[in-house]
Formats: sequence, structure tokens, C-alpha cells
Amino acid sequence: MLELSLHILDIVENSTRAGATNTEITLVEDTYKDTLFLEIKDNGSGMSEDVLKKVLDPFYTTKTVRNVGLGLPMLAQATERTEGHFIIESKGGEGTRVAASFKLSHIDRQPLGDIASTLVTLIAGNPDVDFIYRHQHNNREYVLDTNDVKKEIDDVPINHVEVLHFIREHVQEGLKEIGAEA
Amino acid sequence: MAKLTIADLKKIKDKVHSETSLREGGQRAKVTVHMGTCGVAAGARTVMDSLMSEIAEAGVADVIVTTSGCAGMCSKEPMVTVEMIGKEPIVYGQMDANKMRQVFKRHILQGEVQSMFAMARG
Repeated sequence: MLELSLHILDIVENSTRAGATNTEITLVEDTYKDTLFLEIKDNGSGMSEDVLKKVLDPFYTTKTVRNVGLGLPMLAQATERTEGHFIIESKGGEGTRVAASFKLSHIDRQPLGDIASTLVTLIAGNPDVDFIYRHQHNNREYVLDTNDVKKEIDDVPINHVEVLHFIREHVQEGLKEIGAEA
Repeated sequence: MAKLTIADLKKIKDKVHSETSLREGGQRAKVTVHMGTCGVAAGARTVMDSLMSEIAEAGVADVIVTTSGCAGMCSKEPMVTVEMIGKEPIVYGQMDANKMRQVFKRHILQGEVQSMFAMARG
């Protein structure tokens, strides 16, 4: 993966396939502490303790169509090579939380990349899932809550091309305003 | 436009309502962009961006876009499945933004399967 936003797309797609109806994505850029923190929380089916122990093994997957599962191991590796940490917590029937931290200025840290495109792709493909995206840059914060959007557009589907275009521009504008630099 | 303003979203809602009332309804096609780890790493998001910008440019509202997981043919990613209503699904492999534009214009809008990128039928 060349961008962190692609890791986010990959992990959140996993959430939706685990039956999540709510997914929260939080990014915190702290330039004083020189850290970038990413958290993804969902209310999907979660994992048993046995499965949880194996998720960072690239040769373990719950899929039946192939023998490798690289999504989580690649994100964990991305944190390790930037002096960061990776945590995954999950409970069967309750959901999963993935937390990843990175040293913000580390030369090996992937750029965040096109997060607006990631969010639009997630919403387009999963219109029934509610997404909350929070992005904090030092003491300034941008929040996108698809519930707020759905309330305003009434019976127009959130994956309508005009709405998706609005969301893309809103995210780009919002991140510019808070001075996001990851 | 830093906040989701009611005015902006209301304009979109009104516009969509007025356009919907002019159409007879029904869907033309369902397009699935495969979005497993392999697909994402191979460029599926760029393919999705290209598809959505084509839909916006063509002004069509009867094409459903969705995502799916890995289909087990990781070396052929990014993959896209096009299901025209009443026809067999066509699976396209090793897609990119340009191929997606061509598939949209020729297959989805004009009904011509682009056999040079097609991997499977059904």
C-alpha cells in the first residue's frame, strides 16, 4: 500500500463485510508530539480470541478463496517501521477496534494520501453503513458524519453521484481548513 | 463550504427530485469494483474514482455502484463486474482508470462487451 488512506479503505471494507452498521475512523495529527494516531472502530461481528491471536499472521485468513490475509499484517508492519504501535481488540458479537500509531516525521511513514477518495469509495459501496470520520490536527478538528448528511438529503440515496461529489469536496475543504498535513 | 450546509444539500435534494420525476425508473446496470486487500493495493480505488467521474459526466442515475471483497484471483486485480439488467455479468480484469472509462462508455452506455479486458462471463 502506498498511502495510509488505502490501508484505511482496506480495513474498513473488512468492517463492512463483518456486518458493521457503524464505523468510526479517527485520525489525530499531533505535530508537537510528532505522532500520527489512527483508530478504526466498528460494531461488526467481531472475532473470537482464537482468531484474534492469528490475525497478524500473513498466512492466516478467514477467506476461503485464497490462503493469505495481508491487510492487517501490512498495517502493523507500517507502524513498526515508523517507531509506532499497533493494537487490535475484538469481541465476538460486539465489534473490533484497530489502533495504529506512527512517528509523524518518520521518513518511512506513508503519506495519508487521498482520504476523500477513500471515504467516497466506502460510502458509495456501503450506503447503508454509517461512517463517522474525525480528523484532528493539533487543536483543530474536522468531522464528517454520514448520519448528518442522510438527515439533510431525506430520500435521496447517499450514494447518489451528486451527494458523493459534495462529500468529496467537503472533506477536501474541511481538511484544508484544519491545516491537515499528514 | 467547510460545513455541511443545509442549503447546499437541499439544492442537491431538489435537483435529484426534479430529475427523478422525469425518468421512468428502473436500473440500467450494477457495477461492482472488487475491493479486497489485493484490489486496493492494485489500484481499485483509482478505478472507482474513474467510474464515478464517468457517471457524473454522463449524468446517468440508473447505474448502481458497489464494492465487494476478494474473488480469489488476486493477480488479476483490479477487477470489475458489470451486470447489465437482464444480461449475464461480465468480469473484467487488470483494470485501470482508462480501461474503466472505456468499459463505461462502450459496455455500460452502449451495450458492447469489451472482450479485450473481459475475463469471464457469468
